[in-house]
Amino acid sequence: MAADHIVKTFDEDLTQMINMIAEMGGLAESQLAEAVMALVRRDEGLAARVIDHDERQDELEEDIEAQVIRLLALRQPMALDLRTVVAALKIAAELERIGDYAKNVAKRSLTLMQTQPVGNAANTIMRMGSIAGDMIHNVIDAYLNKDIVKADEVRARDQDVDQLHTGLFRELLTYMMEDPRNITACTHLLFVAKNIERIGDHATNIAESVHYLVAGERNERERSKQDLSSSTVINVWDKS
Amino acid sequence: MTDSLANDIRLRRRYQAERRFRIYGITATASGLLFLGVMLVSILIIGHSAFRQSFIKLDVTFDPEVLQIGDKTDEESLRYAHFQGLIRVALREKFPEVTDRRELRELYALVSRGAADVLCEILIDDPGLMGQRHTYWLPASDDMDLFVKGEIKSSAPEIERQLSDRQIEWAERLTSDGLVDLRFNTAFFTTGDSREPELAGIWGAVKGSFYTLLVTLALSFPTGILAAIYLQEFAPKNPVTDLIEVNINNLAAVPSIVFGLLGLAVFLNFFHMPRSAPLVGGVVLALMTLPVIIIAARAALLAVPPSIREAALAVGATPMQTVFHHVAPLALPGMLTGAIIGMARALGETAPLLMIGMVAFIADIPQGVTDPATVLPVQIFLWADSPERAFMSKMAAGIMVLLGFLIAMNLIAVVLRHRFEQKW
Amino acid sequence: MSQALKHSLSTEHRAKVQARGVNVYYGDKKALSGIGLDIPEHQVSALIGPSGCGKSTFLRCLNRMNDIIEGCRVEGAITIDGADIYAKDQDVVQLRARVGMVFQKPNPFPKSIYENVAYGPRIHGLAPGRKELDDLVRDSLERAGLMGEVHDRLDHPGTSLSGGQQQRLCIARAIAVKPELILMDEPCSALDPIATAKIEELIDELRTRFTIVIVTHSMQQAARVSQRTAFFHMGELVETGSTEQIFTNPKDDRTQAYITGRIG
Repeated sequence: MAADHIVKTFDEDLTQMINMIAEMGGLAESQLAEAVMALVRRDEGLAARVIDHDERQDELEEDIEAQVIRLLALRQPMALDLRTVVAALKIAAELERIGDYAKNVAKRSLTLMQTQPVGNAANTIMRMGSIAGDMIHNVIDAYLNKDIVKADEVRARDQDVDQLHTGLFRELLTYMMEDPRNITACTHLLFVAKNIERIGDHATNIAESVHYLVAGERNERERSKQDLSSSTVINVWDKS
Repeated sequence: MTDSLANDIRLRRRYQAERRFRIYGITATASGLLFLGVMLVSILIIGHSAFRQSFIKLDVTFDPEVLQIGDKTDEESLRYAHFQGLIRVALREKFPEVTDRRELRELYALVSRGAADVLCEILIDDPGLMGQRHTYWLPASDDMDLFVKGEIKSSAPEIERQLSDRQIEWAERLTSDGLVDLRFNTAFFTTGDSREPELAGIWGAVKGSFYTLLVTLALSFPTGILAAIYLQEFAPKNPVTDLIEVNINNLAAVPSIVFGLLGLAVFLNFFHMPRSAPLVGGVVLALMTLPVIIIAARAALLAVPPSIREAALAVGATPMQTVFHHVAPLALPGMLTGAIIGMARALGETAPLLMIGMVAFIADIPQGVTDPATVLPVQIFLWADSPERAFMSKMAAGIMVLLGFLIAMNLIAVVLRHRFEQKW
Repeated sequence: MSQALKHSLSTEHRAKVQARGVNVYYGDKKALSGIGLDIPEHQVSALIGPSGCGKSTFLRCLNRMNDIIEGCRVEGAITIDGADIYAKDQDVVQLRARVGMVFQKPNPFPKSIYENVAYGPRIHGLAPGRKELDDLVRDSLERAGLMGEVHDRLDHPGTSLSGGQQQRLCIARAIAVKPELILMDEPCSALDPIATAKIEELIDELRTRFTIVIVTHSMQQAARVSQRTAFFHMGELVETGSTEQIFTNPKDDRTQAYITGRIG
């Protein structure tokens, strides 16, 4: 930020709000990482912890929302301050959704522990998870440092997640066609992959918020969609 | 602990200082009021007797022989008739035992010389009275008047009083016969100055003051107001206007006699305007009052908030419309106050008028601004300067009239102010 | 952004006032330097900036109220509808009839409400008869949103009204002269929030007939009432743009710092 406000408590309020965002971001990142780890390692305890941690995430979101309302009412922020405050509200909501998805991944990992592992889907999921985790990490960094370049990079990386998701989607469909006993596991894995893909989308939304926050304008181009799973068809008859 | 104690002491001291200050203030105000009261009371004590005049009841026969006019009854001859004789005849009838010439002169001195004029006016009004006998109340002389009012005591040694033992005896006889009466002195308010205290009146001076102030007001008010408006609202700020401003302020402090000298040199010696006239007095006083009015009017204009000027200018009023529609009306009450202060000063002014001859003895009542006249403060000064004791009370009465004049002027100003202020 | 919203914020308004290279000096002190600003017709333009930044000075250039200040000199060109208002043949009185002004402190004349409004039309001869003048006064009061409150006491002194009513009376007085442009110099700074809101609503209504320029210390007010905002700082015009842009995404750091409360 250019300089400190004349009213010092305004700066304090803003810093407090930004710190809460940072905490939420860190929590979301570790939740995702742990959920994926629980899935890959079939670690029940870890999964349970992720599910527990979601409560803290919800709490933080409520706190940030309260802080935003307070700032809007009492400080009437303008320009950069206004964008900071509004961005915080949006980012908190996105991070809360990310937390929910991570929790869902953890839940499904508990279910998946009761099934046979399917191919090397877990590996792909891990790669997706690590990219999505990086995205969260970088976008929060970009937010804290008002780094528009980093934010735009995050936005670009969503493609990788989408591509991995599309690939995994095909793979899992193939597994299910090969052996109907895989259907339970594969369905859950599909949802897990979808969740991580959504996390990527949310991280991208955050990146766009950061972009607006810093530049004062929205990203111009429509971002290229690499998630083709919605139009993926595997023709059974081709195989035979 | 000690801190709060010190605080208590300090607080108490502050309140004590506050109380002391109030006591000083009340003392100052009270002593001022006391002096004012002493002054007013002493003036009242000295002056109240001037409002009453003793009259002696005499039976007068309008005898053409005594009047020494033969059979002529026209006004011109009546004016020169010997009315004094009528009074002497009447007095001799009252006191037949007095025959000695010196005693007779003392007897005649009990009645005012103005009594003859009174009889003259009566006969001129109604010539049909010729040869008839009537009873009239005629003014007593100043010494007789003082005796009746108790200011000459019979107990004092004869040498120290203006009345001889014989005169006191006659006066007491007249009093016990019910032939002496104290009445309201209407002459004081209707006549001009006179050498005889019992005949001297204030009316000439009142009219003189009135005419003088009329001239002063007519000259200084419009001039002063216009000058103030120009200087305050229109004049550019430059060394010339600065110089004018400084000079106006200095003029207000110039001793008034200097204006009198100016009047003498310019209006009398150069322009040959009539001497002793209210016109010249008014012009001189106008010059003296002008700076006061200008300064007061400028202060009044300055006190009008600039927002009013802006408001008027912003709706498209010209500077002149702004001043005459909005600023001047708002400043008018203040201007009137300034004018009244200036007029009050002019009313009380003596020194400049001495220089232009308004100090002369003038018995006639002025009928216009060019007639010789005197003004109230000069009249008071003249009476205070006179040797006759009876003028003492006249002087005090004159002061009362002057104060009354002043109060009337202020009342008019208050009413005018009120009217103008109510418009808003 | 929806199409309708875009349309209402469009700057496709003719420039009513154009200032080019305006410098103003008070004696030796330069109060404004090189101001170039367009004021669009039928819009509210807000001039904001810290105290002493020259925004009021600029406002007072537009009806030449600076003329009455000793030692004030204006350079550059200011045109209204293309005509230079500082031209030699421009009559100041006529100009002020075209450009009304409302001041910071409500300053009704100490006369009746009726007289306050009637004064301008009377000196400009806008109403030939008693009836026309009556209609004009009533219409102006109506338009200033004051008629309902004062219709039964037009003969009461204008100074007996409340602060907000006085200010609306001053607006009625200004619009009675049928100006094209209305200048407002912090018109609400002496008013409570309710009175302020009424004035702001009034400003928004008046926009359809008049072009309005308002100087305000309250950025919230500028944001609420104006379509265009110009930010002045230290005698310079730092930034001008649509109000929305200035308050959400100012381009200049000084504007940013001022509206977010970082410089006095």
